Amino acid sequence: MNHSQLAAQFIKDDARTDWHDKALWFVRYKRDLQTKKVPEWEDLRKLASQIKANVLSNLDNYLVQFEENAIKNGIHVHWARDAHEHNEIILKILTDRNVRKMVKSKSMLTEECHLNPYLIKNGIEVIDTDLGERIIQLRNETPSHIVLPAIHLKKEDVGETFHKFLGSEKGASDPNYLTEVARGHLREQFLTADAALTGVNFAIAETGGFVVCTNEGNADLGVHLAPVHIASMGLEKIIPRQIDLGVFLRLLARSATGQPITTYSSHFLKPEKDNEIHIVIVDNSRSEQLGREDFRKSLYCIRCGACMNTCPVYRRSGGHSYSYTVPGPIGSILAPGIDLKKHASMAFASTLCGSCTDVCPVKIDIHHQLYKWRQIIAKEGKISFSKRTMMKLMGYFFSRPKLYRFAGSMVRKVIPVAPRFMLYNKMNAWGKERELPQAPKKSFREWYKSENKASNNEQ
Amino acid sequence: MNQTCCGQPMANSGCENESKATASLFVENFNDFDYIVGAAPSCVGFVKEHYDILDQNQEVIHVREKIYDITEFLLDVLKIETIDAKFPYKVGLHQSCHSLREMRMGQSSEINGPAFSKQKQILNMVEGLELIELDRTDECCGFGGTFCVTEDAVSAKMGKDRVADHERNGAEVITGGDISCLMHLEGVIRRQQKDIKIVHLVEILNGKTL
Repeated sequence: MNHSQLAAQFIKDDARTDWHDKALWFVRYKRDLQTKKVPEWEDLRKLASQIKANVLSNLDNYLVQFEENAIKNGIHVHWARDAHEHNEIILKILTDRNVRKMVKSKSMLTEECHLNPYLIKNGIEVIDTDLGERIIQLRNETPSHIVLPAIHLKKEDVGETFHKFLGSEKGASDPNYLTEVARGHLREQFLTADAALTGVNFAIAETGGFVVCTNEGNADLGVHLAPVHIASMGLEKIIPRQIDLGVFLRLLARSATGQPITTYSSHFLKPEKDNEIHIVIVDNSRSEQLGREDFRKSLYCIRCGACMNTCPVYRRSGGHSYSYTVPGPIGSILAPGIDLKKHASMAFASTLCGSCTDVCPVKIDIHHQLYKWRQIIAKEGKISFSKRTMMKLMGYFFSRPKLYRFAGSMVRKVIPVAPRFMLYNKMNAWGKERELPQAPKKSFREWYKSENKASNNEQ
Repeated sequence: MNQTCCGQPMANSGCENESKATASLFVENFNDFDYIVGAAPSCVGFVKEHYDILDQNQEVIHVREKIYDITEFLLDVLKIETIDAKFPYKVGLHQSCHSLREMRMGQSSEINGPAFSKQKQILNMVEGLELIELDRTDECCGFGGTFCVTEDAVSAKMGKDRVADHERNGAEVITGGDISCLMHLEGVIRRQQKDIKIVHLVEILNGKTL
């Protein structure tokens, strides 16, 4: 099913749609409160965008510099061309060390690579430790948002899940109680894990170090209690210097959750004595996107999710109505580059309102890229036959004034007299929940001509 | 007198090629004028931003430079400071996405910058008109071109939510600069059989009585 069909299903539950819409709007609202407190906010965005432009223009050099410095600090650096290589590399690190259980803090990259099922298939127990990720892991669902993975669930849903899998009280919905249940459960996992995997928010070329941001401290609990720390990183996550963190860390949490900063911003530089740190740098079609002049700016993304929170379509359709791992506006400009056919409907799941572009902390021109992807998708024949035909007809009629006027006059004659069942039926998608516009007696042109004549006669 | 359309619907659907003939006709129709004024920021914006699909000859460049939305034209070119019109109603202004985030005729709520709105400025010149405050000042109405039929569920839901916001905040009339948004909101209002009137802001400036 494409976005339109899944969205229609989502919207059927009107009350729940309102709830989901309000929950995400609240995050956008909190973001606004924070950004308005930073007088130089727009300058920060511009600066971040420029730093990212510099990074992409010198990506090869920064990555090599990063690797050199990381290795000097005792970090093992691995390179993965695609998702499969990423998964294989990680499995090998784990099996070489007889790891049986691995805890994982949030990494959308590992979702993209489908790491969990691969490791599980190969005998490794994987526990997601981000609270939202753990909830959906228990429910066997995918995250519906890149920062708030379980935002589509109500506390009652969580209570049900915890009762089923963690033995907590049936019917519980108190957030404090449920959080305590999760803490107790996860603490046990941290203490018995043989390895910990984290994502990478920012990797610093100058130092060879990297930063992981969490609110729950689950990245830290994981890596400090296990002898092996694996960090999965998309190759575009690199920034040039330590000082650049001063720009990005100010933008990230404000944009993502409306906090000035996440509770923990953990800087990793060298492994602790007798421990190991491995970083897996992943391409998985990022370099291909880099080669697309119109779309390479999508690689600026720092995965804050602000575009999802602000998107009126995302709020009313939910992350699961999008076909790609990363949903919403940013997902819709990344996905067509990966599989144009599969993800075609994503680029059209938008009114091109531009709100995403205005909230993006790194100034990605998201809605312009959506427009450009639409041209490519249409050219490749991946739009429906009916849409293509309708556009051809419009192109034909609208470029011929006499035909245009004729069509208009027909519509104006038919709408007032046609019986309702003819105008409003399954074929009229406009008419499902809206009345058609009332047909005026005269077109503007007819009105203008008669007004002109009348005023000329008066003179 | 031979005008048809700016060509936006086809281009936004991915069929820029289908817009070219219509866009050329537009240029042919309008290039003889010193100023071109439109009553829809979405159309005016399309000409300004996307007529790069045509070869940039003198006529095309002229049209792209000299096209204005009517509010822009009245304030920035004619520099009017008063309007002789009365509209003693509570009015909700729907600021369209194109008017804000494309034509920058007002500050969008996402941006941390000085507040300004040309449409509010001009409506405040109308006697008796009271602008109400909305909960969400510039959320999209959901029309979105062919989106209104290809994603009709989301489109209608967005329209309904917009209308509800205006209603909740006491609007007797919803106005705006973009005819497509107004047509969409009016479709919702009439289906819901609500009393709220839809009036284009130019009609208000022109002294419309209800």
